Amino acid sequence: MSPLERRKLATGLLFTSPWVIGLSVFLIYPLLAALYYSLCDYSVLLPPVFVGLDNYIELFQDKLFWKSLWNTTFFAVGSVGLGVVVALTLAILLNSKVKGLTFYRTVFFLPSLMPLVAGSILWFCMYAGQGGIINTLLAKIGITGPAWLSDPSWAKIAIIFMAVWGAGNSMVIFLAGLQDVPMSLYEASIIDGANWLQRLLHVTIPMVSPVIYFNVVMGIIGGFQAFAQALIMTSATGAPEQSTLFYVLQLYNVGFMDLRMGYASAMAWVLFIIILGLTFMATQLSKRWVTYDR
Amino acid sequence: MASPNPLQRTTPIVHLPLLILAALFLGPMIWLFATSLQPREQVGKVPPELLPRQYYVTEGAEHVYVTPPQPLGTAKLLVVPGGGPNAGQQLLVDPAQFKDGKLTQRVRVADREEARTFDAQLIRPVAADSVLVKEWLLSKYAKKKARVFYVAPTEVKSEVKPVWGNYPEAIKALTSGEKDKGRPLSELLGLSVYPWTPKGEQGRTITFLTYLSNTLLVAVLGVTGTVFSSALVAYGLSRIQWKGREALFNITLSTMMVPFPVLMIPLYSVFRALGWIGTLMPLWVPAFFGGAFNIFLLRQFFMTIPNELSEAARIDGCSEIAIFFRVILPLARPALSVVALFHFLFVWNDFLGPLIFLTRPETFTMGLGLQQYQSQNGGSEHHLLMGASALLVLPIIVLFFFAQKTFIQGISTTGMGGR
Repeated sequence: MSPLERRKLATGLLFTSPWVIGLSVFLIYPLLAALYYSLCDYSVLLPPVFVGLDNYIELFQDKLFWKSLWNTTFFAVGSVGLGVVVALTLAILLNSKVKGLTFYRTVFFLPSLMPLVAGSILWFCMYAGQGGIINTLLAKIGITGPAWLSDPSWAKIAIIFMAVWGAGNSMVIFLAGLQDVPMSLYEASIIDGANWLQRLLHVTIPMVSPVIYFNVVMGIIGGFQAFAQALIMTSATGAPEQSTLFYVLQLYNVGFMDLRMGYASAMAWVLFIIILGLTFMATQLSKRWVTYDR
Repeated sequence: MASPNPLQRTTPIVHLPLLILAALFLGPMIWLFATSLQPREQVGKVPPELLPRQYYVTEGAEHVYVTPPQPLGTAKLLVVPGGGPNAGQQLLVDPAQFKDGKLTQRVRVADREEARTFDAQLIRPVAADSVLVKEWLLSKYAKKKARVFYVAPTEVKSEVKPVWGNYPEAIKALTSGEKDKGRPLSELLGLSVYPWTPKGEQGRTITFLTYLSNTLLVAVLGVTGTVFSSALVAYGLSRIQWKGREALFNITLSTMMVPFPVLMIPLYSVFRALGWIGTLMPLWVPAFFGGAFNIFLLRQFFMTIPNELSEAARIDGCSEIAIFFRVILPLARPALSVVALFHFLFVWNDFLGPLIFLTRPETFTMGLGLQQYQSQNGGSEHHLLMGASALLVLPIIVLFFFAQKTFIQGISTTGMGGR
């Protein structure tokens, strides 16, 4: 190595040293420690005791684990699916050079800025059984609303609706993607006699599909981490009938309420594996996404 | 001008779905602020009302704000008993209870009720179509007795008037010490505990300002830390050629998706070993070591700055650190403000971190303080819950209108939402 190369290496390491430390202490160490704890009996108060795969064996037989995994998958897929449809619809409507674009964009975007705690309390109040505004308004148009948060078959859906309300984020991203679609493609399709729907299905959606896909995967990863909504709108136990017991909520309960940190770490690693799988798909497409960067 | 792209041609009909959707999106927001300004009795009323309506009766020259009128239904007598449990007070009784200046009243004696007779003075009969209204006391914490009026329905008037007092009341509701809530707001806030208040100082109490100062402290330190350190690292990953650079960048990219819940248990034990649990430190110290996403974002931006600028500075004798501060940072201002804004939003919205690491109420952040208040008071006081929630969201809305461009650009170029 030449003296110049050596000096460059030293400078490079100096500049990146905060991150090298941060990465090791706050990311890589905790990740490996979680793996070790997941093989131990660990309560934080006492040193961990190695128990092999016991935690994982128990986990896969734990009804609450499967229940929370199902709830979370339902929530993540439901909120992202519905959210993407709503966000894409809004973006397509706004992309038609509509008057008052800034106004509409602000209106659709603002709810996504709502802090999750405040948003959850707001929807909690709006869903309230007796005299809740949502059911009162539904009654006005002749619909008897369900008991929302206290009905096991509706509670998750109620939380999904709140998530869709915050889809303004994705709308802004889609809008940027739509504006990147080259005009020449539309001109060509018009010459070929394509109608509005054909252009939408064969030009617009394929052209923004990397953006949509990236958004879907990121949204599902985010959805798997849902926590505050359930804790605030229903309860820590995911009432009613554990229908809103989300994965991270169960992880929190097991780790910080029952102080079974080893068992919770096993849950954490299962979550990590799930997200790793989803991320693998995302990175394949994020390479295409980055080329869109202005 | 007609656009060649018919998808981008203006068709007025799009306004119809857009307006319906706008109403659905804006509705909850409007309801939040509307409810936060309504008197307690109006909340949850069927049919619902949007505008805050306050009832009042006129007593001499005084407007007395009162609760919504309740019909009496039957004729009553207003009397003042000379003895018994209600001695000296105005009391509404059935005409059958009162005869020739004597009031027969059921009184608790030991553990059962007995009919007793007291001398009483008749004030006036109250007609069956009268209504009962109670003086409306803004603060439930004030130790004041509400006056009661029995008047003809026409005497109770109403006006559209927002109850701004809900906001001070919501601020008081967040205070943890029950006995301090009776104090006037300014006095209460004057007693706030701050993160820099010396430990064990007497007579201090936890207030809204405590939560606010904790949040702002974490935000200011965290934003400073993450902007500076992430920029430094991004510079090392983009503007200097060194062996191992690509490897470090690839590791950085691959850790970007590791979610916090996966790490939180070991992080908890690390911070516990350091003695940081129950302090604000776990929430801001890590920011000084950079963040994967911010480093990635800034690196991409730094790559677009022409290398000739650095070369010219190098020829002029600038050191690497001088180039970073004098050439790159000023040019990267838009990207730096996106990082700063997203980190601020992250701190403001963060809930799981504070929930795990903060154990003492004097260190709570705004979000955690609000959630604790909500969980302790069930769902009863919607107007106060909405007032407190409005206080949490208002700064973000104000920030949005000041930095709209940074928000929209940040989100559309990164594909992330700052969460």
